[in-house]
Amino acid sequence: MSPRIGTDAVSVEELVKRYPKSPVNAVDGLSFAVKAGEVFGLLGPNGAGKTTTVGILTTRVRPTSGAARVGGIDVAADPVGARRQLAVVPQRNNLDRSLSIRNNLIFHAAYHGVAAAEREARADALLAQFGLGDRAKEKPEFFSGGQSQRIMIARALMHAPEVLFLDEPSTGLDPAARLFVWDRLRELEKRGVTVVLTTHDMDEAAALSTRVGIMDHGKLLALDTPEALMRSLPGRSTLELTTQACNRFDTESILAALALLPDVEGIEQLQPPDDHSDATAEGGGHFPALRVRLYVAHDAPRLMAPAASVIARHGRTLTDLRLAIPTLEDVFIHLTGRTLR
Amino acid sequence: MTELPTDDGGPATAPAPVPARGAVGGRGRSFLAVLRRDVYVTGSELPLFVAQVVLQPLFLLFVFGKVLGTLGYTQPGYADLLFPGLLALTAVITGMQTLSFPLVAEFGWTREIEDRLLAPIPTGLVAAEKVVFASLRALVATLMMIPVGILILGSIPWDWGNFGLFATVVVLGSILGASLGLVLGTLVTPARINILFSLVFTPMLFTGASQYPWPSLASIRWFQVVTAMNPMTYVSEGLRAALVPDVPHIRPWISVVVLLVSLVVLLTIGTRGFYRRAID
Repeated sequence: MSPRIGTDAVSVEELVKRYPKSPVNAVDGLSFAVKAGEVFGLLGPNGAGKTTTVGILTTRVRPTSGAARVGGIDVAADPVGARRQLAVVPQRNNLDRSLSIRNNLIFHAAYHGVAAAEREARADALLAQFGLGDRAKEKPEFFSGGQSQRIMIARALMHAPEVLFLDEPSTGLDPAARLFVWDRLRELEKRGVTVVLTTHDMDEAAALSTRVGIMDHGKLLALDTPEALMRSLPGRSTLELTTQACNRFDTESILAALALLPDVEGIEQLQPPDDHSDATAEGGGHFPALRVRLYVAHDAPRLMAPAASVIARHGRTLTDLRLAIPTLEDVFIHLTGRTLR
Repeated sequence: MTELPTDDGGPATAPAPVPARGAVGGRGRSFLAVLRRDVYVTGSELPLFVAQVVLQPLFLLFVFGKVLGTLGYTQPGYADLLFPGLLALTAVITGMQTLSFPLVAEFGWTREIEDRLLAPIPTGLVAAEKVVFASLRALVATLMMIPVGILILGSIPWDWGNFGLFATVVVLGSILGASLGLVLGTLVTPARINILFSLVFTPMLFTGASQYPWPSLASIRWFQVVTAMNPMTYVSEGLRAALVPDVPHIRPWISVVVLLVSLVVLLTIGTRGFYRRAID
């Protein structure tokens, strides 16, 4: 039952889900595999199909076609067998409000056939570990969002699942609660529990995942370690420039000049920030500000002066200049031309 | 927001849960655990349960059986005729209420059924547990009406000779209520939960032949036809056949057959509805 190292804990092949009355596929020919012990992040904007994918893998959504396996078990053919292998931490609180949080844990284990003495011991240990031991007898309604999230993670661990699914684990949590959840997930990784998490938060995906699958419109756009994904971007670091309002002619000319600077491997025009759009000072039309990102092969700082002088030569003023190493958000922008939000 | 963890919770402080080998029980074990959850919750709010199930039939019995009789507005013997009807009412309505309201909430806004839907048992068994539990509650509530009846009326009609029929119809009536609850609970969206009261419970209450014997409706033919559509009528009539055989009633075998057929139909529809709500 326990997946051997190197085998796939989760696998998805050509998975398709179309909801009734929907003109498009929510999941559209998705394929990926998660190795045992891996923390796998599905990153994408809302509506990308992440939650549907997790829904299929956790037997709550019936696939239209394709195969999905958890612990080697086909979830559509043997949902009961699959449920033994997995646990789910949902996006929304679904704790049993009629039971104390300790009983939430204990009954969950009972549903999964864990013996009575064992489930009491596990519940007490997990509640203590999650900092909830002194409130074990309280009902879920008395807990905040972050605390409920912790209780749901503790509940999920009660039957010692092979694979833990977390849907947007830290959405809506304050920073301290979020770090607490992240720490617990890192512990699970150390214990060898396979974790599949969905997120639209690139920091979360990069901080937790061994590998990240980037999803959009039900399809997988890229799949690799966060480092490799970021390396796949042209350039090793980026330089971002924002100018005052700039007409189209100057924009083209500036872009051309910047592209010719040494070590520039890629250039991307970004959406200008909203608050730079007034061009009345120039007496001309309402041109937007110009925002450009340069992907640089070596050190971006060395390009600061040459880039600034290109802007100056065109009679524009730099209003913002940023240096950065690429993030997963940049990978998403590079793949789709849109931001994650 | 006080979200700061009160404990650093290092992995060493708690035993790492071991893989669930050996912890995997049969489906029966999971089913019983889900049932135990419902029994446990009922047990923890017992006074509420008693109030919920006893109050309505108690008032009906008191006003129609006792007050109106004492004031001379009903004929002597009406209380005997009413009592089996109220047992039927208690069985069906309790079964319906026990299942439908919580189910609408659990699928709609609390989502607390999700943890049970993810238990390693077929989804149909989760629905079956709901029916079993609601039937049990309805059965208990109905039997509780016997001492209540003795208390209010002084005596109740009883015939040990027909105990088999009585037990059969009470059990079928309880399951009938639960099955109706399963159909309604999976059909009604949370936004329309009020409809259950106005469009379902009230008509059920008055077209189920609990306050009048069905054959006596011959003079109001259209109403007799309407009541014949309500499966609760056959619970009332079956119980009248068992407890007050002298009062004209539908033949018991007809009542039992209609109830069995209704159960098959309602459980089929209800289970389908349950699957539809449980799995996208």
